[in-house]
Amino acid sequence: MTRALILLRRRLIGSVFVLLIVVIGTFLLLEAAPGDAVDAYIVSTGGDAGMIELLRHRWGLDQSELTRLANYLWALLHLDLGQSVTFSRPIRDVILERLPNTLLLMVSATALSFGLGSALGIYAGARPGSVRDRVLSIGSLALYAVPGFWLGLVLIVVFAVDLRWLPIGGIETLASDKTGLDRAADIAIHLILPVAALGFIYLALYLRMMRAGMAEVWRQDFVLAARAKGLSRRRIVLAHVARNALLPLVTMLGLQSAQMLGGSVVIESVFSVPGLGRLAQEAVAARDTPLLLGIILVSAVLVVVINLLVDIAYAFLDPRVGAGEADA
Amino acid sequence: MSRFRRFLRTPEAVAGAIILAALIAMALSASLLFPGDPQAIAGPALLPPFQDWSLPLGTDRLGRDVLAELFHGARTSLAVGLAAAAAALVVGSVVGTLAGFADGLVDEVLMRITEAFQTVPSFLLALAFVSVVGPSLGIVVIAIALGTWTGPARVARAEVLSIRERDYVASARAVGMHPLAIAFREVLPNALPPVLAMSSVIVAAAILTEAALSFLGLGDPNRVTWGGMIAEGRAVLRTAPFLSIVPGIALVLTVLGVYLAGEGVVETTAVRRGLS
Repeated sequence: MTRALILLRRRLIGSVFVLLIVVIGTFLLLEAAPGDAVDAYIVSTGGDAGMIELLRHRWGLDQSELTRLANYLWALLHLDLGQSVTFSRPIRDVILERLPNTLLLMVSATALSFGLGSALGIYAGARPGSVRDRVLSIGSLALYAVPGFWLGLVLIVVFAVDLRWLPIGGIETLASDKTGLDRAADIAIHLILPVAALGFIYLALYLRMMRAGMAEVWRQDFVLAARAKGLSRRRIVLAHVARNALLPLVTMLGLQSAQMLGGSVVIESVFSVPGLGRLAQEAVAARDTPLLLGIILVSAVLVVVINLLVDIAYAFLDPRVGAGEADA
Repeated sequence: MSRFRRFLRTPEAVAGAIILAALIAMALSASLLFPGDPQAIAGPALLPPFQDWSLPLGTDRLGRDVLAELFHGARTSLAVGLAAAAAALVVGSVVGTLAGFADGLVDEVLMRITEAFQTVPSFLLALAFVSVVGPSLGIVVIAIALGTWTGPARVARAEVLSIRERDYVASARAVGMHPLAIAFREVLPNALPPVLAMSSVIVAAAILTEAALSFLGLGDPNRVTWGGMIAEGRAVLRTAPFLSIVPGIALVLTVLGVYLAGEGVVETTAVRRGLS
């Protein structure tokens, strides 16, 4: 396992640089935004020119750009993302409050898209060129062309408005005083439609990757060897072809996490799920740039952490990774 | 067999090409068929489709002609999609070529920046950029390109890394060509095919991102967009769901057309390469 640890350490050091670049980028965007925290504060509370000067000085906004960047970095190191004017609370607290809902949505949607997508991909790739392969292939392409927010609206029209099977939005029934399992079931029911809207788009991606990966593996010698041994087709498909085609999908899992966080912005606003994405939209509507950039920073950290986890998982799944790194 | 004839032999590619041709026709004829402001009131509000033949697809909440909006929306979608993808491909191939050809510190810095852009969810970045700078067509294009140039950059870099060891690059060095001239005149053109193969996926992603931005109210307010139409219809989703569904179908068909045609082109050229 020490090999995987060396890999992990190298990745961690790289991630620190990447996050530093992200921080500088958000700082530049913050600077580019018209008005600063004092303007926003004065607009919401009122005050005169003298007070503006005083606040600018107290918050360090009258210093040079480099000093401000240093202050910004120093605050971030103490996990201080600043104050949200819209919520009149620390940005960190607002984000932490919304984060669990987004994570729940993302994990469920990932499980749906990865699980069902790779299963259907195996089903299609088991017989390349067959009717079911072509149907699934075209179907997944069509699904991939669907905008998630529109799929969400269609699902609402069908399942919430017409059939009245599922709630139209929100994360749980308001003021229901449900606890324990009842509450969990309530949340699960509320999550069905948003998870479907977010997950189905990526399902197509995993299906197509799995199918393409299997097509590659089919051509390799060890599959021929397995056939020569007289293994059943089912066993060849599952134990040899699918297993080897699965590895690139695991990498994709990490790469897609950033896309999925972005996708959850629109899905959360369609279904009024009080998560990070909806918070981002609220921040845009309220012109609360520091809050918006705080969300971006937290998302970037989240993506880095997810990718590290995927790397670790990869090291476990593919022994070649650890060995190769130790030789280098 | 010519590349074009092989393209015509794949039914998916033909379907994609027909969809795209129809879409381009819609975009080009929008001002001819529906002159004047598509956002002007054209009839009674919330007229259902197929009732009045002067307004075939009915009207929205404010009595605007849905078909006219659909035609003018095709224009925005295509323009933004193509412009953003072109910008992403140009920036991506330049950055990728520089990184791959320079190696050392320049490569390291450029690739870390690329990684940073990939770490931030591109939709959030676009959202932040548009909200800070203000919504207009050009800004939306830049915002989308900001999140999509990284893919082409990585592919271009990988390709350049393999090309720069070839003999003709060595001979260009030997005759004393400037390294930048070698990178952009000799290496970049040869690294382009796999980068261009990504263009259909990038155009599709750009169209979808534009739709999502306008859905959230961050599109150019002076232009009709399909995303904006879907958002408009959302207010009357219970009584008039077609207002959201119709522009959504247009979006799905457009993106599907781009994918299918793109796949057809890549497949025909790949087969050709394999044969030669």
